[in-house]
Amino acid sequence: MTAPTDAPLKKTALHASHIALGARMVPFGGWDMPVQYSGLTEEHLAVRTGAGLFDVSHMGEIEIAGTGALEAVQHITSNDAAKLQVGQIQYSALTTPDGTFVDDLLVYRFGPSHFLLVVNAGNIEKDYAWIAARAKDAVPDIATVNSSDRYALIAIQGPKAQAILQTLTAIALPAIKYYWFAHGEIAGVRGTVSRTGYTGEDGFEIMVPPAMAARVWDALLQAGKAAGILPCGLGARDTLRLESAMRLYGNDIDDTSTVVEADLGWIVGWNKPAFLGRDVLHAQKAHGVKKVIVGFEMTTERAIGRHGHHVFHDGHQVGIVTSGTQTPFLKKALGMAYVSPAIATPGTEVEIDIRGKRANAVIVPLPFYKRPKAAK
Amino acid sequence: MSYPTDLKYTTDHEWIRLAGTTGDVGITDFAQQQLGDVVYVELPEPGATLKQGQVFGTIESVKAVSELFAPVTGEVLEVNTSLKDAPDRVNSAPHESWMVRVKLTNTSEVAALLEAAAYQALIAK
Repeated sequence: MTAPTDAPLKKTALHASHIALGARMVPFGGWDMPVQYSGLTEEHLAVRTGAGLFDVSHMGEIEIAGTGALEAVQHITSNDAAKLQVGQIQYSALTTPDGTFVDDLLVYRFGPSHFLLVVNAGNIEKDYAWIAARAKDAVPDIATVNSSDRYALIAIQGPKAQAILQTLTAIALPAIKYYWFAHGEIAGVRGTVSRTGYTGEDGFEIMVPPAMAARVWDALLQAGKAAGILPCGLGARDTLRLESAMRLYGNDIDDTSTVVEADLGWIVGWNKPAFLGRDVLHAQKAHGVKKVIVGFEMTTERAIGRHGHHVFHDGHQVGIVTSGTQTPFLKKALGMAYVSPAIATPGTEVEIDIRGKRANAVIVPLPFYKRPKAAK
Repeated sequence: MSYPTDLKYTTDHEWIRLAGTTGDVGITDFAQQQLGDVVYVELPEPGATLKQGQVFGTIESVKAVSELFAPVTGEVLEVNTSLKDAPDRVNSAPHESWMVRVKLTNTSEVAALLEAAAYQALIAK
């Protein structure tokens, strides 16, 4: 059922821990990663109601430092990095001149002239080559470093994440606001803690040296034991991010979709005088797009629209599904699709061709899931 | 999970429990582990014809869709409709959760199926 592969897969610093926990491993973006431990649904629900622990060390880190670092980041990314204070993070896009995605990423401002970009695992080499070349277009002597091997990344997510993590660190976690970070010791290991994640839940991502990763991972599992923390795999990570309508590179966004089409206008620095893709994005904002991402909910029972399925309206094909699944917490078959703007209004009824059969769905607003405010 | 010796197995991870010239067909514990949480099983109607090695249905988990392959050629006598409302039974009791009951057309096809030990050796690879 799973295709064998001969290419040697990369292993994160926590690989042995996953095997010891009985995880089922799958190839993902060139890495041998845990797809699930106890079960996708159980892991998903643990994050929504308690806490879950993820190894996301496969993600890449690329640093841009030195005089002109801000100008370089401004040139290659869509969001306005000048708004970032030291200690702050923003979600952004690495854009082509066409306003499409080379990748989506998080931009950390480590210092006035030091930025760290967290990029998708499968894109590390492509992104680094792109960044190294394009950053120099803006700032000829800028330093760019692929420091992916220097960091392990562990995510603890869920309403109980803060209480669990606080038992292992002197960093005052309540003082870290959403999309901010702090340096300090976690389980006796020097690292960086950010209030970020890919689950739609409150939580933190912890960057530590790979050699120390297992110590932090084990300490978190131990500290969270009473609260019912579960190690979570890529399967739950995907259903959690989909419930929260977070875009997935390779599914929902890629170099054929622009930031505006992906309905991510909020990560465009509209006042920036120049950056790659700026003209296209401004034109689309002013004059409209041919396709836009929307959420849909299946109304035919036991039908799940998935990546690549075609969307129909009044007998005509009007779009294509980018992501879709049966969501474990909301217990609905939900997904995202690119459709013509004319049918993007919530409430519009569409049909989705699922392996030759038409099933009914309705356009709904995004995100599907928003965490309760009290969760903090 | 052990693999019952009264079942015959395919390399596509289905099993058949034979009783004379009829047999119940399901998927193995290994298959359900690979799939993860099953949300939906799409099966043929009674009277449909299965052909050994050909697709006879689909099984959908939260994660993905997979095809079901017929272990033998034959006619569908009965479909396990209880899986419609409780598809997770495939996860909790894979070797009891039969999907279709088949009247075999050609019992000599059974010789091509694997015994439990051979199947376990296959998935241990």
